[in-house]
Amino acid sequence: MGQITLDRVTKSFGDIAVIPPLDLTIGNGEFVVFVGPSGCGKSTLLRLIAGLEDVSSGSIRIDGKDATALPPAQRGLAMVFQSYALYPHMTVRNNIAFPLKMARLDKAAIDRKVEAAAKVLNLTSYLDRRPGQLSGGQRQRVAIGRAIVREPTAFLFDEPLSNLDAALRVNMRLEISELHASLGTTMIYVTHDQVEAMTMADKIVVLNAGRIEQVGSPIDLYSRPRNRFVAGFIGSPRMNFIEGEAARGDGADCIGIRPEHLALSTESGRWSGTVTVSEHLGSDTFVYVQVEGIGTLVARAGGEFPVHHGDRVWLTPQTEKLHRFDAQGNAVSSAAPGVKVA
Amino acid sequence: MATAHSRAAARLTMSPAVVLLLGWMLIPLAMTLYFSFLRYNLLMPGQEEWIGVLNYQYFLTDPAFFAALGNTLALVGGVLVLTIAGGIGLALLLDRPFWGRGIVRLLIIAPFFVMPTVSALVWKNMLMNPVNGLFAAIAKGLGLQPFDFLAEAPLSSIILIVTWQWLPFATLILLTALQSLDSERLEAAEMDGAGAVDRFIHIILPHLARAMTVVTLIQTIFLLSVFAEILVTTNGGPGTATTNITYLVYAQSLLQFDVGGGSAGGIVAVVLANIVAVFLMRMIGRNLDI
Ligand SMILES: Nc1ncnc2c1ncn2[C@@H]1O[C@H](COP(=O)(O)OP(=O)(O)O)[C@@H](O)[C@H]1O
Ligand SMILES: [Mg+2]
Repeated sequence: MGQITLDRVTKSFGDIAVIPPLDLTIGNGEFVVFVGPSGCGKSTLLRLIAGLEDVSSGSIRIDGKDATALPPAQRGLAMVFQSYALYPHMTVRNNIAFPLKMARLDKAAIDRKVEAAAKVLNLTSYLDRRPGQLSGGQRQRVAIGRAIVREPTAFLFDEPLSNLDAALRVNMRLEISELHASLGTTMIYVTHDQVEAMTMADKIVVLNAGRIEQVGSPIDLYSRPRNRFVAGFIGSPRMNFIEGEAARGDGADCIGIRPEHLALSTESGRWSGTVTVSEHLGSDTFVYVQVEGIGTLVARAGGEFPVHHGDRVWLTPQTEKLHRFDAQGNAVSSAAPGVKVA
Repeated sequence: MATAHSRAAARLTMSPAVVLLLGWMLIPLAMTLYFSFLRYNLLMPGQEEWIGVLNYQYFLTDPAFFAALGNTLALVGGVLVLTIAGGIGLALLLDRPFWGRGIVRLLIIAPFFVMPTVSALVWKNMLMNPVNGLFAAIAKGLGLQPFDFLAEAPLSSIILIVTWQWLPFATLILLTALQSLDSERLEAAEMDGAGAVDRFIHIILPHLARAMTVVTLIQTIFLLSVFAEILVTTNGGPGTATTNITYLVYAQSLLQFDVGGGSAGGIVAVVLANIVAVFLMRMIGRNLDI
C-alpha cells in the first residue's frame, strides 16, 4: 500500500504563502516526480507529506487514513535528504540499523535486515566504515539503505543526486529506478532537473511558485504541455517560442516548436537566418540560428550537420508539432491531435 | 613554505619569540626547582642551605597535602560535571527561538566578565551569608532555619561559586557546537522514529562530544589553579576543608614563610598538572579523530 492524497493543502511561512491550495493524488506503487525551478516549493511540499512541516490548512491522507496531524515517525514514510543526513559518528552498519533500533527490533532481526539491505546496495564491504570514509555515491546508498530497511509505505527523495558528479548521477538514477522496479513501493522524488524527471517518472508533477502547472506522464507533458511554462520547462534544449507577426500567421499569440521538430536545410525552408553557434556532439548537432524578425532559434539535426558560424541556413517547422499559445500562455487547440507517442 | 631557504627564514623569524617564551617559563621553573631543594625560610634570612629532597618528604607526607589533593580533584571534577551538564541544558534552551532570546543570551554570558574576587565576595556576603544573605532571607521567608553555606558545606559552596563563573563559558562553546548541528540530521532521526530522548542521546550528545572535550580541557587548566575564590571566602578552612594544592602552596610559602616547602609543593603541582594533561590529551586524541 502507499496511496497519498493531498486535499486543499496550503502552507504559509508567516504571511508568505508558499503553497496555495493544492490537490494531488499519488497512486500506490507510482514513481512520482515533483519538478520545478529552484524555490518553487518542491521541498516544502515533500516536507508537508513527510510531516516535518505542519500544513497551514487542508488535509493529507496516507492509505485512506487521515495523517494530517500524525508525527513523521508514524506516517510510515522514509526520506532521503539532499545532504544525505547520515550520522557521522556511527558506522555504516549502525546508520542503516538506526531506524530498526528505534523500532526496538531484536538484534538478530536487525542484523539480518541490515545485511540484506547492504547486499542490495553493494555496501557489504563498507559496513564497518564511517560515513566520512565513503565517497558521495556510497553515502547516497547508505542513506537509501537506511530508508529501505524500514520497509516504508512510500519513499520520499529530496534532490538526492544533486551533490553527485554527472557520471555518478546517471548511475544512481538507474539504481533508484531499478530499486523502484524491484520493490514496487511508491516513490516521490523531488528534482529541479527535467532530465531526471523525464527519465525516472511514471508521473510528473510540474510545480511553479507552489502551484501545480500540470500532472501527467513524461510523454504527455512533452507532447501536450498545457501552457508555456510546462512547454519551456520540459525538453532539452528548451522549446523555441515565437511571438508577433510570425505567430499570428499560425493563428496564435505565441507558437512553440521544439529544436528536434525544426528541419534544417542549407538550401530552402520557411525561415532563413545565419548560424551564430553550432554544437557538434557527433550524435546530434545543435544549431543556434539568428532569424530576421524572430530572434534566435535552436534546431537539432540528427548526426553531423556541417555548418559553422556565419553560414546561412533555412529552418522549417513540422506543422503537426507546432504548439499554439494564447496571450495568457495557455495552450490552445492542443498542438496536434495525432502525436505519435515515441 | 617548503624550500630549505624559506624554512630557514621561518626559523630565524620565529626564534626571538621562542627564546622569549622559553626564558619566561624556564627561568621561574628552574628557580622554583632550585628553591625546592633548599632550606629557605623568610624568617631566617641568609641561612639558606642545600637539604636535598627533605622539602618534598615533608610536603608529600603532610596530611594537609592529601586533603588538598582530594579537594583539588573534587573541585575540578565537580565544576566540570556541573558546568557541562548545565551548559548542555542552557544551550538546548537558548537554541530554541523565544521572545527576548538576544537579551537572555547576553545576560547568560555576563558572569564570565566578573572577576573571580568580586563574584566570590558577592556570593559570600550577599547571597550565602547566614544573616544578611539572600538565601537566608528566602529561608526565613519560608519559615526555615537559614543555612550557613560556607561553614556547613564549604567545599560544595566553593564548587557552586566557581561553577557559576564557568557556566557561561561552557554554555557558549556548547551552544556554538549545537548550532552547527545540521537540522536535516535531526529530522532524519525523527523520521527514523527517534523520540526527543533518543535524538538527544544518539544524535545531539555525540555531536557535542568534541565541544565537551574542549570545555573539559580548557576548564581543567584553569580549575587546577582556583585561588581567589578560596582566599576571599574561606581561607582554605575550616581546617583544610577547602584547601586545594594551589592554596596549600600559598599557605606554605607566604603564611608559614617556608619558601623551600612551597617551592616543593609548586613542583608537585606541576607534575600533577602534567599527569592530568597527558590523560586529557589521550581523551582528546580519541575524540577529535571522528
Ligand atoms: N522555514 C521557512 N521559512 C520561511 N520561508 C521558507 C521556509 N522554507 C522554505 N521557505 C520559502 O519557501 C519557498 C519554497 O522553498 P522550497 O520548498 O525549499 O523550494 P524548492 O525546494 O522548490 O527549491 C522559498 O521561497 C523559500 O524561501
Ligand atoms: Mg529544495
